[in-house]
Amino acid sequence: MQTFFSIGVDALAYGMILFVISIGLSVTMGLMRVVNLAHGAFAMIGGYIASYAARDLGLAYGVAVILAVAGTIIIAVPLERFLYRRIYGAPELTQVLMTIGITFCVIGIANYVFGPTLKTIPLPSELQGPVDIGFRTIAAHKLFAISCGIGVAFALWYLIERTSFGVKLRASVDNTAMAAALGVRTKIVYAASFALAVGLAAFGGVIGAELLPVEPYYALRYMVTFLVVVSVGGAGSIPGALIACLLLGAIDTTGRYLVPEYGEFFFYLAVIAIVWVFPRGLMGRAK
Amino acid sequence: MTISNTSATPIRPLAGVGNNWLRDLAGIAIILAAAVAGYFLFPNNLALLTRMIAIMLFVLSLDLVTGYCGVATLGHAALFGSGAYAAGIAAAHFGITEPLTMVAIGALGGAIAGLVSGVVILRGHGLAQLVLSIAIIHLFHEAANKASAYTGGSDGLAGISPEPILGLFAFDLWGRTAYVFGIILLVVIFFLLRILVRSPFGMLCRGIRQDPVRVSAMGASVKSTLLKMYVISGLVAGVGGGFNAVSTQVVGLDSLSFTNSAEALVMLVLGGTGTLYGALIGTIVFIGVEDLVSAANPFHWLTIVGALLIAVVLFAPKGLYGTAAAIIERYRKDGR
Amino acid sequence: MTAVFQVDHLKKSFGGLDVTRDVSLSLKKGDRVALIGPNGAGKTTFVNLVTGHLRPNSGRVLMGGEDISAFNPMRRVRAGLVRSFQVTRLFADMTPEQHVALAILQREGKSGRIAGSFRAMPEVMHETYAILETLNLATLATAPVSEIAYGQQRLLEIALAMALRPQVLLLDEPAAGVPHSDTFLIESALAQLPNDLAVLMIEHDMDLVFRFAKRVIVLAAGEIIFDGSPREVTKDARVREAYLGSYAGAVNS
Repeated sequence: MQTFFSIGVDALAYGMILFVISIGLSVTMGLMRVVNLAHGAFAMIGGYIASYAARDLGLAYGVAVILAVAGTIIIAVPLERFLYRRIYGAPELTQVLMTIGITFCVIGIANYVFGPTLKTIPLPSELQGPVDIGFRTIAAHKLFAISCGIGVAFALWYLIERTSFGVKLRASVDNTAMAAALGVRTKIVYAASFALAVGLAAFGGVIGAELLPVEPYYALRYMVTFLVVVSVGGAGSIPGALIACLLLGAIDTTGRYLVPEYGEFFFYLAVIAIVWVFPRGLMGRAK
Repeated sequence: MTISNTSATPIRPLAGVGNNWLRDLAGIAIILAAAVAGYFLFPNNLALLTRMIAIMLFVLSLDLVTGYCGVATLGHAALFGSGAYAAGIAAAHFGITEPLTMVAIGALGGAIAGLVSGVVILRGHGLAQLVLSIAIIHLFHEAANKASAYTGGSDGLAGISPEPILGLFAFDLWGRTAYVFGIILLVVIFFLLRILVRSPFGMLCRGIRQDPVRVSAMGASVKSTLLKMYVISGLVAGVGGGFNAVSTQVVGLDSLSFTNSAEALVMLVLGGTGTLYGALIGTIVFIGVEDLVSAANPFHWLTIVGALLIAVVLFAPKGLYGTAAAIIERYRKDGR
Repeated sequence: MTAVFQVDHLKKSFGGLDVTRDVSLSLKKGDRVALIGPNGAGKTTFVNLVTGHLRPNSGRVLMGGEDISAFNPMRRVRAGLVRSFQVTRLFADMTPEQHVALAILQREGKSGRIAGSFRAMPEVMHETYAILETLNLATLATAPVSEIAYGQQRLLEIALAMALRPQVLLLDEPAAGVPHSDTFLIESALAQLPNDLAVLMIEHDMDLVFRFAKRVIVLAAGEIIFDGSPREVTKDARVREAYLGSYAGAVNS
């Protein structure tokens, strides 16, 4: 029972972190149809900035989070303008090559600047230690991660369903040419959603640093995981991504607890099985 | 729409058949010349050149599915690594140490891995296909890691000591035998692949890359054609893997890694896809530069690979060979 | 004489929308039939139902009396039901010669051969050039398709259909995208199609329809509203209604 409960909490926390990081990828893939393998690199950049701000400069955790999100967006916007815009609508292989190239560069530079060691982001005292929720105790940072995930899901739902930006975004996802003809400035929508996606990735990278530790190969290590979320959930679908994250979080965490000696074997087996059964994703739209 | 050329006798370049053979012979002559030059210029670096040959076979096999069929995959090392482990396990655990047999077992292992990968990867399209390809290489990697009784796990598989080739040519300390053996394998495979890509089957694959709907409207099965190419690709990658096991006498887990898959793709794109020559040139340039740079700092190397990729996408989408061929072609047209 | 191609009570709806309602028609050897209809009549859906890219809700498709309703698109082609495309679908870096040869090799079951070149197969070369010459494409035989004019790409589209030696040919707007002054080239190419081949042509260009077809079928709102001679089609009240009605109602024709 204790194990079962621990698995449940870990799976939920892990799934929510996955969600916060990957949801931006899902939206941009649904919108710009770019297979962005560098998404994890942005989460990693966020982690590095926060670590530098909180550990080396001694800034408060909240400030570090804001700096990480803003800093990552500032780094990413020129990349969107000068590199990504060149590959919108390009063949998949081209997109893969470009974004994997960006990933490699980020890894190389991060390692050069910050060194190969693991970087921690010191948690504020409120997030350290356990929290008593009546019948059990949960690590506070896991509870924090879970609530952040729920918060992001709601905020995104509100943004997309209830704001004029959301209307433009949905119109552009459904039919870019038509949205442009109706006066939506799709380039701005693209750039704004890209910035939003990157910002969320950075945010997820910071709050998830306890579960997905920040180190130079982060971008490569979790590349598949984030892509899988989009592929399994269906590009552009928030509920799809949420379900996919919870499902994958559960599979991965259960695997680690019960059969740690098999590493991620069962995780990848499950990924293949799910994609095999739902080649267009759980919530994917038919072409 | 006016037909400008109204001459009564259409140009019917039947001589083209002979032309192709001539070009292949020239290509093989260049490979052999480069091999001889490499032998004399870098007598102390034959091990590196031999590794290059194994990787060339691997990148050639990737060119078959990516360059000729248009399947974007980041999991091709599954084919190469399976070939390497098949040959290595046969030698280390079953005492099959005759090099040609080992390479043949490698080819068989690669072909089986090709069949499995093909069945899985071809199930999806677009993003799903890419994800499946990444998942399959991780799956193979984890499986090899777990089966450490056979594969040696993360320590690698050692204890491979190949006999002399055909009982005549023993492997020497300087790697000369391995080098010559590799060159012979490479030339034979390259020649066979030239025949393959020109064959009706090769044309069908090129057709699938450009428009699978048209191919199925001709009544051909896209999926079974691609699967067949995957198995052939597995044979080639398996020969490369098997040869690598023979020449280095170890098989490491990194041969079944995502990084290995991605690097092969970089080499292919750097050289140029869909030509076979591009695969060879890309491998030489990549491993050559890697050897120079990574000695200094492995992480600089990764930055350079990344920058290289971005540069190729932006400025030379046809790769080194494709770009050079296009320039020469334009020069020849202007010259007339 | 039995029908070489027959469609039996074909029905298809998307959601609640009936796109094809009970369509039946049959073609005999050598038929030259045009299928016309205003925009949104369901012509594309009909083509996809026939080629097997869509599954009907009910109804059957028969070739020479054999029910091919359960066949996938590939098997239908092998059964002799071939289509051309409204927008050319060709292999940009291959030559007309390679296109036609590949179609012939596929028809002969030789496209899976992993060695040898079609250029070393005299019978394939002979047939390839016979077809290319029939369509005046022989002089362009070895130029990449991306470098030849669109009109000639349209001809190559017809050449591919001929190389597959179908019994029934579905021509999806063969003159689409070709300047009006050049449609005569497409027309003379169509005149070269084998006499015993049954052709169902979907076309907007009424001049071409009247010169090519011996029989016209009009599809409107998913139903066949006319099936008869080209001479009578313009006089038919329902046809006039369907076309003029759509002109009155829709902005883009």
